[in-house]
Amino acid sequence: MYPSRFSYDAPTSVEEVIAILDQNGGEAKVLAGGQSLIPMLKLRFASPARVVDINGIPGLEYHRVDPDGTLRIGALCRHEDLEFSKILGNFPTLSQASSLVADPIVRTRGTFVGSLCHADPQGDWSATMIALGGKIIAQGPNGRREIKARDFVLGPFVNALAFNEVAVEAIVPPAKGKALGGYLKLERRVGDFATASVAVALDVDGDIVTRAGCALAGVGGRTIDANDAISVLVGKSLNSESIKEAAEAVAAAAEPRTDHRGSSSYKRHIVETFVTRILSNIANSEQKAA
Amino acid sequence: MAPLDELKIGGMGASRRRVEDNRFIRGKGRYVDDIVLPGMLHVEILRSPVAHARIKSIDTSAAWEVPGVRLVMTGETMAARNLAWMPTLSYDTQAVLATDKVRFQGQEVAAVVADNPYIARDALDKIVVEYEQLPVIVNPIQAQSPDAPLIRDDKENQTSNKIFDWEIGDKEATDRAFAQADVVSKIDLHYPRSHPSPLETCGSIADYDRSSGKLTVYMTSQAPHIVRAAVAMVAELPEHMIRIISPDLGGGFGNKVPIYPGYVISILASILTERPVKWVEDKSSNLISTGFGRDVYLEGELALRKDGKILGMRMHTISDHGAFFADAQPTKFKIGLMHSTFACYDIPTGHLVSEGYYTNKAPGGVAYRCSFRVTEAMFFQERMMHAAANDLGMDQAEFRRVNLVRDDMFPYRTAFGFLTDSGQYEKCLDVGLEAIGYSTFKQEQEEARKRGKLLGIGISTMTEPLGAGNSREYDIIGIKMFDSAELRVHMTGKAILRTGAKTQGQGHETTWAQIVAHELGIPADDIVVEEGDTDTAPFGMGTYASRSTPVAGAAVAMASRKIRAKARKIAAHLLEVSEEDIEWELGRFYVRGNQERGVTIQDCALAAYSNVPDGLEPGLENTSYYDPPNLTWPFAAYFCKVEVDAQTGVWDVLNFVAVDDCGVRINPMIVEGQVMGGLTEAYAMANMQYMTFDEEGNCIGANYMDYLIPTSWETPGFELHEVVTPCPHHPIGAKGVGECATVAGPAAFVNAVMSAIEHTGVRNVDMPLMPNRVYQALQTGQDVSGMPPVLSD
Amino acid sequence: MTSLYDEVQAAPAAGVEVRRITVNVNGTDRTVDVEPRLLLAHLLRQALQLTGTHSGCDTSGCGACTVLMDGRPVKSCTVLAVQANGREVETVEGLATASELHPIQEGFKEEHGLQCGFCTPGMMLSAKALLERNPDPTEDEVRWALSGNLCRCTGYQNIVKSVLWAAKKMREQNQEA
Repeated sequence: MYPSRFSYDAPTSVEEVIAILDQNGGEAKVLAGGQSLIPMLKLRFASPARVVDINGIPGLEYHRVDPDGTLRIGALCRHEDLEFSKILGNFPTLSQASSLVADPIVRTRGTFVGSLCHADPQGDWSATMIALGGKIIAQGPNGRREIKARDFVLGPFVNALAFNEVAVEAIVPPAKGKALGGYLKLERRVGDFATASVAVALDVDGDIVTRAGCALAGVGGRTIDANDAISVLVGKSLNSESIKEAAEAVAAAAEPRTDHRGSSSYKRHIVETFVTRILSNIANSEQKAA
Repeated sequence: MAPLDELKIGGMGASRRRVEDNRFIRGKGRYVDDIVLPGMLHVEILRSPVAHARIKSIDTSAAWEVPGVRLVMTGETMAARNLAWMPTLSYDTQAVLATDKVRFQGQEVAAVVADNPYIARDALDKIVVEYEQLPVIVNPIQAQSPDAPLIRDDKENQTSNKIFDWEIGDKEATDRAFAQADVVSKIDLHYPRSHPSPLETCGSIADYDRSSGKLTVYMTSQAPHIVRAAVAMVAELPEHMIRIISPDLGGGFGNKVPIYPGYVISILASILTERPVKWVEDKSSNLISTGFGRDVYLEGELALRKDGKILGMRMHTISDHGAFFADAQPTKFKIGLMHSTFACYDIPTGHLVSEGYYTNKAPGGVAYRCSFRVTEAMFFQERMMHAAANDLGMDQAEFRRVNLVRDDMFPYRTAFGFLTDSGQYEKCLDVGLEAIGYSTFKQEQEEARKRGKLLGIGISTMTEPLGAGNSREYDIIGIKMFDSAELRVHMTGKAILRTGAKTQGQGHETTWAQIVAHELGIPADDIVVEEGDTDTAPFGMGTYASRSTPVAGAAVAMASRKIRAKARKIAAHLLEVSEEDIEWELGRFYVRGNQERGVTIQDCALAAYSNVPDGLEPGLENTSYYDPPNLTWPFAAYFCKVEVDAQTGVWDVLNFVAVDDCGVRINPMIVEGQVMGGLTEAYAMANMQYMTFDEEGNCIGANYMDYLIPTSWETPGFELHEVVTPCPHHPIGAKGVGECATVAGPAAFVNAVMSAIEHTGVRNVDMPLMPNRVYQALQTGQDVSGMPPVLSD
Repeated sequence: MTSLYDEVQAAPAAGVEVRRITVNVNGTDRTVDVEPRLLLAHLLRQALQLTGTHSGCDTSGCGACTVLMDGRPVKSCTVLAVQANGREVETVEGLATASELHPIQEGFKEEHGLQCGFCTPGMMLSAKALLERNPDPTEDEVRWALSGNLCRCTGYQNIVKSVLWAAKKMREQNQEA
């Protein structure tokens, strides 16, 4: 497996990247972690004329929590930076997903933001970001703009960036009250794509849910935004009744297809099971804590 | 003089650390792709995107224009040299580069030779092939249809897609047994298509030297001498002008037994360009086109008496061999040694009918880590045993105990004619039952069920025929199955040993030296072992079917003994006594009655080159060819405990106990490594590792995203036990072991999962036991059969 | 010039871009002209003749080609050679000193952590990265850290033992030091 020829740039500033993208009118591809792009180049599923490597741009490796509780993840923050992070205590959805992305070696290289841009319907991070109500900062010739994660993924492997834009940062807003959540993924082995996975993020005040977010991977032609479905929890406490209602609503929002990983009804059932498990785990650990 | 401590010199029974590791851990292994020859070119192969199509035209003109391209080859290039087709190991033919049709997705269509592989790959994109698509057959059931398109229209007299009909056993006696049965247990099973998928793919470097007429080929081959013979036949080169070198192999598992088009292409490319030409396939090519394993359907029945005694067995298999019948197997046996099934049970009679079919899938049917399809035989056996015990309402262990061949019954002739010669089957069963905690399991299972947890336990017991030949019964393309060893003891008592086998990770460089150490008392560290070069190694049939220790290992012992016999004459000369007055102890001859007066084997070696008695040839060398009197029959008893998640169908192994009796263990550490590796492949097949095809013949499983191999995370730990019953006919009492775990393992996992879920009424879930299939069975109580569908909405 | 005679290469074909890169490989700077599309695995194996790094698959699925880049394990088939410019790469050939094996290498031999040897270099480098981060891992932590490296021969059990063996030895060495 050998890639086709391409030209290569390794700019050292975001502005340079944008200029190159702009000049090449859609023929250039941004290379961050490369864990999806390089296999596609090798398989010749992608043959861009130009590859723009952003790894030489200083200052994009960060992930940090602002004083107001906002989490900011730079374009070169690797999966494993999040896996070994000590500051994700308020972001249980992310920290649980962080060790389930691909495999440990891919995680040293692949980036959070790059994974969002790849827009794989089975991708883990898009689901967490949609559940958390996150945003992506895109920078282009006309400056920066914010794109909600739920609007960022347009379809399988299609994102909302213009050809001359680059995603420079992902933002997760702070929880209102206490942040709870979880991520469960059914994979047949480490590194497999999800048969189905569920991201749940809740803001809780006392024992009342004030905000509920949910998104699904592997059960549709794109990441499934199940935020509306899980909003049945808002204003309620977690109990077997509300959990059941939420799980059923989320499962109904899934759009799974039958394939060799399982039937559509099986995948829908897994979604329901996982929502139930995540919410029950939260309820149990909250009870223990109380 | 204190006698030598055999363990200290790395003799039999020592867990000697491996010699080959010294290079592997430094990254100094030498695999085919590591070899660079001066002026070497690279070949890349264009493969068919479709499963069945007539080739209307191939336009290579643009590929020739790519700078750095040296040669573009098509079926025509091959045909001009009479190389468009090659013979297979099963007396069929296989296309090297397609001339008329493509018959499976991934078939070789054209090849580009260039200065480097990147350029060769670029040029492939410039080749334009026009295909006229034909109807596709993706399983042997479709292949049987009278309306099915004829896949092998290249063959004269081939009017259907059937390859063979084969039967064995006594039909009438079997019918009578079934008429007398209290209970007839019936089950239909499918062993899905799998691929051995060694981590290193196949490859070759052909180097034809026109000045000498010599062809040297570095090749990923488990059987280099067979390749030399085949190349002599196919390429019409004289055999002494062909040198096949199989360097370090990154695993084989049966995948590197056949001869593949890529090898032939690299050879012709080297002849045409007069440059060395390297072909190394990528993983997708390996998975999509080279020898697969399994893909067999079974209808099985057992005739049972109420007390559990099996009266007879009846089996009908239908197997899928892909587009070319390229199975690696002894030629007399159309479906390999499938009839070794039930060999560990005392069953009076049986009848087996087998049919094989062509389909539009990759050719092969190699014995994936097994002895000529015994994996299928033993999997079917143990799934049938499991179902039969349930049908009788009998305990799984007890049912096996009633039917296992008892120790006092050896030698035992099986219903299908094999002669098993040794074993302690019941003892192995008991060791395993104890270790897994069988006696308390039923209670555990019931209590767990009350808490909503599903526990299951599975047993798999079997003996399998390892180590073909004997040469009376076993041959490959007419070459009888024996093996060889050549031992040369140098004057300082150091030695070099070469065999006709070919290690792929089994550690021959370590263990063969241990056999010599055991026989001669020369420290293992003083013996270097070489294999795989046909110019230097004695002729042998290679390594597969767990045959190395049973055959080549025996040859090593015999060569050592012949050297000892000669050394004895030298010792008598040195000690100035008659040969009859010489006694042997490890590493040393002495005068009977006077143990102090002796000479070491090293003394004899020196004398062999410096002080030979009159009438004796100088030197201390021997080449032995060993034709085993029988196969060896190791026994395996495996026990698996699982927990199934009722809500997802995910299952976890809680405990796995393996009891292996492979006779005398040369190197226990290596034996255990073989067992653990084999169990992991068994787990893989039971759980996730399979290859399926959609209706158009697109292969799902042609890369490591779809073809799932378990990682360190999923793979369970294994608890190993041993029982030792020496093989009565093997010179050192050893039996084959490399494949027992892959053969007996899958049924242990499947039986365990079935045990956890069969209270719902389900009788069978075919492998792979992916969570969705287990869940479906739990929900419906219905069987889940056949290959997982690719897409159904 | 590294030798008395260097062949003057013909100019690259028209339109073929070539980059000069310097990669520190096992402690030595290596300067090479490469096409941007050249994979790091091929740079190591073909240009630098460090063939201990193996190519196992095409889809970043097997980990046989794992090397350390700036100390972290990467699949060298999924990194462009140009991306290694200015970085430190450690391959299996860099593990042992002239006289001494690395404890991980010893561990693999001692605990029979390899059979065909094809996955071994990648496994050992993943293990090295793990032990640098976590000198006293549990069995589960080792299994987790190695789950990007496939092995077809051993069943992993002995690989895990090998890494634990090495961890112990390295801790003992550190205590002595």
